[in-house]
Amino acid sequence: MDKLCPNTDIAIADVFDGAVIAFGGFFSAGKPTSLTKALVKKGVKNLTVIVQQVGTGNEEMLELVTNGQIKKAICSYPFPRSATKGADHPFEQAVRKGDIELEVFPIGTFAEKLRCAGAGIPAFYTLVGVGTVVAEGKEVRVFNGKENILESALEPDYAFVHAWKGDAEGNLIYRFTAQNYNNVMAMAARVTIAEVEIFTAMGGLDPNFIHTPGIFVKRLVETGRPEFNRVAV
Amino acid sequence: MIKGKVILPEMPPIEREMIALRIANMLEDGSYVNLGIGIPTLVSNWIEGRDITIQSEIGMLKCGPLAEEGDVDPDRINASCQYVCDLPGSCYFNVETSFAMIRGGRMDVAVLGALQVSEKGDLAGWNNPARGLGKTGNIGGSMDLAVGANKVIIAMEHVTPGGDPKILKKCEYPLTAKECIDFIVTNYALIEVTPKGLVLKEVIPGITAEDVQKMTEAKLIIANDFKEMEL
Repeated sequence: MDKLCPNTDIAIADVFDGAVIAFGGFFSAGKPTSLTKALVKKGVKNLTVIVQQVGTGNEEMLELVTNGQIKKAICSYPFPRSATKGADHPFEQAVRKGDIELEVFPIGTFAEKLRCAGAGIPAFYTLVGVGTVVAEGKEVRVFNGKENILESALEPDYAFVHAWKGDAEGNLIYRFTAQNYNNVMAMAARVTIAEVEIFTAMGGLDPNFIHTPGIFVKRLVETGRPEFNRVAV
Repeated sequence: MIKGKVILPEMPPIEREMIALRIANMLEDGSYVNLGIGIPTLVSNWIEGRDITIQSEIGMLKCGPLAEEGDVDPDRINASCQYVCDLPGSCYFNVETSFAMIRGGRMDVAVLGALQVSEKGDLAGWNNPARGLGKTGNIGGSMDLAVGANKVIIAMEHVTPGGDPKILKKCEYPLTAKECIDFIVTNYALIEVTPKGLVLKEVIPGITAEDVQKMTEAKLIIANDFKEMEL
């Protein structure tokens, strides 16, 4: 197969208004910088973003916020850590004003919802969140003498992921902790678009050491190594 | 000295690094440990040379020390967004595998911070209502760790900056998890959570059990082997 696109604009050409898009990255590690910039430029609106945090260590994501392109966010650690920084933060301000709807989940639940979407499992039970606001409105069932809550799979229309290396089959390898959410989001989405730092010739990746099998990736684009900006959390 | 609702003793408390040291001495060799953000990260300063494997929730086992300038790599961070090193024997993996480890009971110990704790061992750490975000906020890995870890040790200051107690009969803030705490280590005391209630096991030098009770809303039971904290 040849999944390589010549540039990011072509790679995201079919992204539509109202799309649900998952973005890899833990703050600045492993975030799809180039694809997000292309999305800002494309100007699609009413987006639902599925991402751990919105805009901290990620200026491109913040631009989606300030442009008013986001309608809803599904996150785990969305805001700046400190309340003082949060008060000045466009995403926090947008949530307070009601301009952006927000749902939060524990990281494990967030990851498992995506994994189940990718794995064809519609819902799962978990102990995590029992007795907290996360459990509100959710079915409860007892297993092994303990209450568990029912969580459902979360399937994005698109996943924008960032990888270190990729080949024309869409096989991906990640580097250090820049992997984080990229694999599970690649599995979950109907259409996964990967930006890779290094695109290798067919056969250039060791088949024993592939992190994300190419079947989960629809298109990729080679974007080189991103600029290094220190994260202020 | 009276501040807010509690009565603070004249003797000043120990530093955050000392809370971390006391906790480091509670960890056993051969264990897998996750350190939350805040005071818990300081525990890593006290375990060099010990056979303790730090798991970083973003996807790393055998997390090494903080990176010096020349070793900083933007792709290698911990949950607190600090740049870290790896060690011989380290491995990297994805977030769904990381949380399978956590939720699946592979973490021997999670050391977590807290806003409030209750006499039943409830933990409230993710949402301070004063921030005004209602039912949303930054959850992160705290709920998974509180529920999944085999032992949960809270590392926190005993009293809020405004002088309010943090060890309560019942938490007022939104909960992270119910009845999940095993030990509470503060800048004044070490407390064990038991089915009978909170047992005061150790106090810092120069402090009495009554001093600690005056800073604690929940009733404390004095341990039979109650003693001064060794640091």
